[in-house]
Amino acid sequence: MNVIEVNGLTKRFGDKTVVDDVAMTVAQGEIVGFLGPNGSGKTTTIRMMCGLLTPDEGEGTVLGYDIRTESLKIKREVGYMTQRFSFYEDLTIGENLEFVARLYQLRPMEQHVADTLEDLGMTSRRNQLAGTLSGGWKQRLALAACIMHKPKLLLLDEPTAGVDPKARREFWDEIHRLAHGGLTVLVSTHYMDEAERCHRISYISYGKMLATGTVAEVVHNAGLTTFVVQGPKLDAVARDLEKRPGVEQVAPFGATLHVVGSDKTALEAALADVEKDHKGVTVAPGETSLEDVFIQFMAGSKDNMAS
Amino acid sequence: MNTFFSPARLNALLAKEFIQMRRDRVTFAMMLGVPLMLLILFGFAINNDPKRLPAALLAMSNDQYSRAMVTALENTGYYRFDHIAESEAEAERLLERGTVSFVVTIPADFGTRVARGDQPQILIDADATDPSVASGAISTLGTVASQALLRAQGKQAAAAENARSQLDVVVHRRYNPEGISQYNIVPGLLGVILQMTMVMMTAMALTRETERGTMENLLAMPASPVEIMFGKVLPYAGVGAVQVVVVLIAAKLLFFVPFIGGMTLLLSSILIFVLGLVLLGYSISTVSRTQMQAMQLTFFFFLPSILLSGFMFPYRGMPGWAQTLGEIFPLTHFLRVVRAVMLKGATLPAVAGEIVWLIGFVVLFAGMALARFRRTLD
Repeated sequence: MNVIEVNGLTKRFGDKTVVDDVAMTVAQGEIVGFLGPNGSGKTTTIRMMCGLLTPDEGEGTVLGYDIRTESLKIKREVGYMTQRFSFYEDLTIGENLEFVARLYQLRPMEQHVADTLEDLGMTSRRNQLAGTLSGGWKQRLALAACIMHKPKLLLLDEPTAGVDPKARREFWDEIHRLAHGGLTVLVSTHYMDEAERCHRISYISYGKMLATGTVAEVVHNAGLTTFVVQGPKLDAVARDLEKRPGVEQVAPFGATLHVVGSDKTALEAALADVEKDHKGVTVAPGETSLEDVFIQFMAGSKDNMAS
Repeated sequence: MNTFFSPARLNALLAKEFIQMRRDRVTFAMMLGVPLMLLILFGFAINNDPKRLPAALLAMSNDQYSRAMVTALENTGYYRFDHIAESEAEAERLLERGTVSFVVTIPADFGTRVARGDQPQILIDADATDPSVASGAISTLGTVASQALLRAQGKQAAAAENARSQLDVVVHRRYNPEGISQYNIVPGLLGVILQMTMVMMTAMALTRETERGTMENLLAMPASPVEIMFGKVLPYAGVGAVQVVVVLIAAKLLFFVPFIGGMTLLLSSILIFVLGLVLLGYSISTVSRTQMQAMQLTFFFFLPSILLSGFMFPYRGMPGWAQTLGEIFPLTHFLRVVRAVMLKGATLPAVAGEIVWLIGFVVLFAGMALARFRRTLD
């Protein structure tokens, strides 16, 4: 049985369709990355899955419970970490954890809180107000509070926004450790390196699910060809290349240019005489990266926020 | 597991709310300090029966009769002659500026007419822009003036005779024989103060969670709407209870308001009223998206309820439709109960009708709050 199995999910706010016919399947123990630009509907989709929003259309189950009728049961077995820190800043770390432990009726309450504090390494900071914590610590506290009741599914909404690389690394190690223990995780993110740490990814843009699969599958299915251009005065080369038919993306990567196109023949034709036109420039076939694919998606999907 | 209501979860919410209240020192101090301040301020300030009002005397003659008139007017306690006008124009100016509330004109031929027994006249110009200021002072005039004249003429016997022969109207000023404003104002203030703090504080309670983003988290956890409601409402009702004790003690020690009726009846009706108020505040909280909106809605409710409840102006003096409108405010019914119990010593049967109204409000507001509560973020 899949932990998440939804299809046709649609949500409108006023006359804007924020989530449009989204389907998603997540198996037990998987870490699925949920990617997409700002305002693409990631948060709304996650909220529909944990019963915080009612879908206008579509149905599905989360942990075997119907998302429309059994949201209370879903809430009890899901850990949801919101995008913005949503614990009480005027409560101490210990009080926040006690509050959560009591709401989920975890017994013995004191033991659960003490264990969680111990795991967090926050036992000595128990009486510190949560509002005085740094971004990284707030995120750790929020995660700890979300998993205190041993949920079967963890929904994380951009958990690492504004967190330094070391804390992010530790966070992801923790996620993998939890998944190894059988927890299923759906995590939304902007970061490509994080996407690559997921078992599978789903890419949503302007409410529409555009791609889903492993990173390799998504890259492969995008059907993009990439060439790497090296040499002097690359900015002039880039301006030249952008005008050529078949070239869809020109992006500088350090001392190289990534030139991407979906039509391999056209791209090869476009690049054929580059080495002749620009002195000292070399063109070589390259690997298409996940980022190239996402930029391609974003360029191709219509922005429904602008209308 | 019970999804509808669990005492353990309610306890979690209550504990959290109390901690937050305790941390927010300023608000907490306001919840206890403001009632006392308002009570002392308004309790001493508001007076429905103003006395010793400034008056100007324009006396064209200075004979014993005029002097007797002035003394008699001063003795009523309503007039304080602190201006002697030299001319009509000056008197007019004093009244116009509001320096005096009355101008008493005694014509030049006043003494002569009295001596002749030829229907003497005096003129009193009253500033009646505020009718209640003038009414007390004017109502005492008739008898006072004629008695004073007879005495001045040395007709003590006639004065007594005159008083006897008149229709004897016996007035008992029941429940508040000395007409002390505070007896009426202080119990009313209890209602107004409770209404203000309770409704406003609770109206902010849920919108604060929405504004701070904690609502999303709260809704994602297994707390039921009933638990969330009581978790918010009960702590504020507790604060209300403390306010009640403070105000009642102050009423007794500072204003000597009589507590004639039963304490149990008084306290239980106050409790029902407070419960209604916090639930109303909570309902406001469920419909407003920001604390600002909650505040505005509270004030929208607040002003008419003070003006139409009979706290400031006599309820019976309002036209029928306004009285009907007044009935929809809990304060109206609370004022009747609390004044009846404290001042008249009313027992349960006498105020049962009003208490049923108050209970009705509790049920109505609780229903409204639960119906309006959004379990989702839609």
